[in-house]
Amino acid sequence: MAKITLSNLAHSYLPDPQGPEDYALKELDHVWEDGRAYALLGPSGCGKTTLLNIISGLLTPSQGRILFNDEDVTDKATATRNIAQVFQFPVVYDTMSVRDNLAFPLRNRGAAASHVRERVSAIAKMIGMEHDLDRRASGLTADSKQKISLGRGMVRGDVNAILFDEPLTVIDPHMKWELRTQLKSLHREFGHTMIYVTHDQTEALTFADEVVVMHEGRVVQMGTPEELFERPAHTFVGYFIGSPGMNFLDAHVKGAKASVDGTEIDLGADYGEPAGRVRIGVRPEFVTYHAGGSGLPVHLRRVEDVGRHKVLRTDFFGNELNALAPEGAEVPADSGRLSFDPRGINVYVDDWRLAPRDAAPGPSGRAA
Amino acid sequence: MMEKPVYHKAWLLVLPMLALVCFSAIVPLMTVVNYSVQDTFGQNNFFWAGLAWFTETLASERVHGALGRQALFTGLILAIEVPLGIFVALNMPKKGFWSTFCLVAMSLPLLIPWNVVGTIWQIFGRVDIGLLGWTLDHLGVDYNYTRDTLDAWITLVLMDVWHWTSLVALLAFAGLKSIPDAYYQAAKIDQASRWKVFRYIELPKMRGVLTIAILLRFMDSFKIYTEPFVVTGGGPGNATTFLSIDLVKMALGQFNLGSAAAYSIVYFLIILSVSWVFYTVMINMDKKGT
Repeated sequence: MAKITLSNLAHSYLPDPQGPEDYALKELDHVWEDGRAYALLGPSGCGKTTLLNIISGLLTPSQGRILFNDEDVTDKATATRNIAQVFQFPVVYDTMSVRDNLAFPLRNRGAAASHVRERVSAIAKMIGMEHDLDRRASGLTADSKQKISLGRGMVRGDVNAILFDEPLTVIDPHMKWELRTQLKSLHREFGHTMIYVTHDQTEALTFADEVVVMHEGRVVQMGTPEELFERPAHTFVGYFIGSPGMNFLDAHVKGAKASVDGTEIDLGADYGEPAGRVRIGVRPEFVTYHAGGSGLPVHLRRVEDVGRHKVLRTDFFGNELNALAPEGAEVPADSGRLSFDPRGINVYVDDWRLAPRDAAPGPSGRAA
Repeated sequence: MMEKPVYHKAWLLVLPMLALVCFSAIVPLMTVVNYSVQDTFGQNNFFWAGLAWFTETLASERVHGALGRQALFTGLILAIEVPLGIFVALNMPKKGFWSTFCLVAMSLPLLIPWNVVGTIWQIFGRVDIGLLGWTLDHLGVDYNYTRDTLDAWITLVLMDVWHWTSLVALLAFAGLKSIPDAYYQAAKIDQASRWKVFRYIELPKMRGVLTIAILLRFMDSFKIYTEPFVVTGGGPGNATTFLSIDLVKMALGQFNLGSAAAYSIVYFLIILSVSWVFYTVMINMDKKGT
């Protein structure tokens, strides 16, 4: 078990990178604390897998160092880093039985037979394959194979970290939930440092203590699920997390007021007078739609009933703005007004969040 | 699984193909069968001989000798070409210019006609004008494939290895290329040794192509004729007289049609049954796993 430090790290797949656009992973300083569960969240191609493979040593970074605790492992081979990694698609050793598959990483390290037996049966129980231990791995279904891969990743008790690269892609939905729960309980039990790569926000938010959001080779925010939801540091985090994502509106901000096409909006905190492209961002959860009174005049385009609430898709001079309404609420037809809860408003300058001058209490009572 | 309807008239669609196969293969083969059960005293008068030719063939020491030499030759070249082909495939560059270069270079021997390969080696090994023979002779090695049995065998085995190892290597290479990177990465994570990567990842993934390679090499080498005929002519003595060479001698040299017909049918059945047994065993091994 180890703390993993990435220092000044960057990677390009090109032999001679010129500008920042040539880097799959842009310069990055980051510390993965010992024993925490992290999710690495981002769309396909944002550099998540690159980062993971650098940590496990399958890739050597173009620049920067990697430290496990305080030991520099940048030039060390994967085998000596003592890392476990589970890949997106199942990898099983076809000719071996399920038991031998699970025992393989232990036997390669010369573990005692009694220890192997004990670990294999514990892991088999965890992945629900105690009764299939003597079957040959080649005939199993894709999700059973992936369970074996997961099991192989967790069978060694002394690894520095366990890395998961979208491991549940091929697993059935109900099994996904079950395995994720088991991963969490395993984490609580053994306290491994875990890094879990995914592009699924639900997976990330339910698995991790802390979520690291990546966008175009850069870490844009790291925080608890709550922080990502309430105070996205970058417009991308706003878009990417939440369903539907955050609403953004170009605005002119002065002090504690924003003006959007002549409509004044109360921001609840003083932001000064920022220059650049200024936008305000509000999650649909903090937007209410009503027939009259004050607020942004919008045109209601569509109501989607998703079960526990309704999603209202409205149009404000060509900008789509979404609001949520409780399941039973009456929705005024055609057009109405939107008002924003000041506690849910964030101000963005050139895509990055601007902190208010006097730290106003956030929705959960925490300073942003 | 879906029940498929049975529609017997579909057999009619096979008829044209069946007629063609009859014309080109089955009817000509029947003339061989015909010869194998008849005897003649000349003047084109044939009479029924029953299984006499078969009994004679199966008891013939000449046939036993040829069969023994054939089995030894095929065994030797399989034992060399399969491991060597795998070894070459493992060490080939996986991509880029040199990969293409290796593929093309290795395909070249496969493109050369049998009799040309024979002629190349016939000359290559000659002590007076051949590079190999001349060099060995000048190094003081007593090498002469026309006089020495061992030298003749070494020359023929080397020639076959030179000609056909590429086939095994190319098939094995195709098998290796189909292994996703994740397998190698997982093996690194699991701290598997190079040998274990080969034993548990590469070899199982190459199984299908290796089955094909072994089957092809078995059938081809068991039928080998042209190359040894050109290089040694079956000699010295009968030392390199394999089944085909012996059969042709019997049929066309001695014009012993009855014996030769029985001989060729037995020969055909040996190849057919060995291939069938080998294939069935490989397929069943696969099924056992599921």
